[in-house]
Amino acid sequence: MTDNADILIDIKNITKKYDNGFTALDDVNLQIKKGEIIALLGPNGAGKTTLISTVCGIITPTSGTISVGGLDTIKDYRDTRKMIGLVPQELTTDAFETVFDTVSFTRGLFGKPRNPAVIEKILKDLSLWDKKDNKLRELSGGMKRRVLIAKALSHEPDILFLDEPTAGVDVELRKDMWNVMRKLSQTGVTIILTTHYIEEAEEMADRIGVISKGRILLVEQTSELMRKLGHKEMLIEISEPLSALPASLSDFDLTLSDDRKLITYSYNASHEHPGITRLLKALIDADIRTTDISTKQSSLEDIFVNLVRDAA
Amino acid sequence: MNIHAISAIYRFEMNRMWRTMGQSIVSPVISTSLYFIVFGAAIGQQMGAIDGVSYGAFLVPGLVMLSLLTQSVSNAAFGIYFPKFTGTIYEILSAPVSAFEIVLGYVGAAATKSLILGIIIMLTATLFVDLKIAHPFWMLFFLVLTAMTFSLLGFIIGIWADGFDQLQIVPLLIITPLTFLGGSFYSIKMLPEFWQTVTLANPVLYLVSGFRWSFYEISDVSPQISIAMILVFLGICTGIVYWIFKTGYRIKS
Repeated sequence: MTDNADILIDIKNITKKYDNGFTALDDVNLQIKKGEIIALLGPNGAGKTTLISTVCGIITPTSGTISVGGLDTIKDYRDTRKMIGLVPQELTTDAFETVFDTVSFTRGLFGKPRNPAVIEKILKDLSLWDKKDNKLRELSGGMKRRVLIAKALSHEPDILFLDEPTAGVDVELRKDMWNVMRKLSQTGVTIILTTHYIEEAEEMADRIGVISKGRILLVEQTSELMRKLGHKEMLIEISEPLSALPASLSDFDLTLSDDRKLITYSYNASHEHPGITRLLKALIDADIRTTDISTKQSSLEDIFVNLVRDAA
Repeated sequence: MNIHAISAIYRFEMNRMWRTMGQSIVSPVISTSLYFIVFGAAIGQQMGAIDGVSYGAFLVPGLVMLSLLTQSVSNAAFGIYFPKFTGTIYEILSAPVSAFEIVLGYVGAAATKSLILGIIIMLTATLFVDLKIAHPFWMLFFLVLTAMTFSLLGFIIGIWADGFDQLQIVPLLIITPLTFLGGSFYSIKMLPEFWQTVTLANPVLYLVSGFRWSFYEISDVSPQISIAMILVFLGICTGIVYWIFKTGYRIKS
């Protein structure tokens, strides 16, 4: 990991067991760096919401500690919560309040004095300014989501949690939401988003944490994960079983199957020269006859599915 | 102390009252006026004075208490139940506010509403009867403490309630009967001795009796006992609210 000065949120050994015996979080460790966008990727019921609710103080962990900006989220809750804004998954809003009032309310709740200029800027940034006097029940789902983001930003937090910001949102709105997140990230806000869309994690996140059944399975730079995704395999079926791979093929990353009739070539498809032509030529030169060739790619989806299955 | 949060919650709740003016203010005033017309003017004419106080005037403290109790409970219960119901309570729970500040905001607003209501009812009463207040300080003392105590009780009910029906159950099945049977409309001295004793177990009796004493210096139980009892109720409700936040009962897992 990087040096500690960069760590904004430090989640240590967090476990949440409910009275009915269900373990929602199982010894979760996660460090989130200042200014990054991290995506928590996992299927429904993986514990994503529980994890962020625990950081935000809505759920009390059974054991473990969380520090935000070096302060304990339970002991120093006033200071840590001021740094955090939370956009919940459900579109929970009051019905009869106006957009402006509800955003101002949240600002007060988080201990900041009234400041119409700040609220105005937030609403304008989120293209909500012309709706400021509308009652919340008059807004569409997409607009309500924006209002929830505005509320979460009303006290100018350093950290923004977005719980499934694009769940059940159409393509247009999703792109729109991504732009909103990017703009926020540019202002220096650290963003933690949960999603079960791999595409979204790829698109938005600097790092991706995969979570399933209450456990963090891996946390990886998105680019690193993508590099792993570039990894492909070429399966070469041969007509005559080989006793061993000839020495002329030793330059290539090859494995021979147990029945000695299948050669697997591992290569990186994102590489400029994946070496396929050279390999085929070398095979011909070695007088190895092929009966079939296929390639396969491990997608993030595969990695994800495998990880989740392995964890089961 | 997060003053901004207390004021945000308080203002939010008060706004809700202004929005629902008809429900919050007008309807209790109308129903109280009906009580005055029916019991005070119509039936009251046939009734003798109680301890030298005309029946119409005797009714006033009881009617104020009736509205104060039911409105405090339902206002506060609704105030905290609604965010629980819609889910917006996530915001309160994730905010840098202490339990004390949350209670101060919600209960403070509910109690304020009840006080405004109590005062409006007393003003309405002056249209029908000649109202005099012997001990204004103690009148306010009972008014304020009862509003606070029963707003706290409402808050507890709002946290406990799992549905809108439960929200109605306590005011309807407990508060209203206790108020009616607690000497709001009669002196318990009018009851047979056995029922007088039973009524002593009704907490509302002490509130009505003390409140009425502050107006006319007549009471069913001594005012000192009433003062002690209201403080005991306040203590009990505060204790329960403290326990709720300490354990996260029905609001936090």
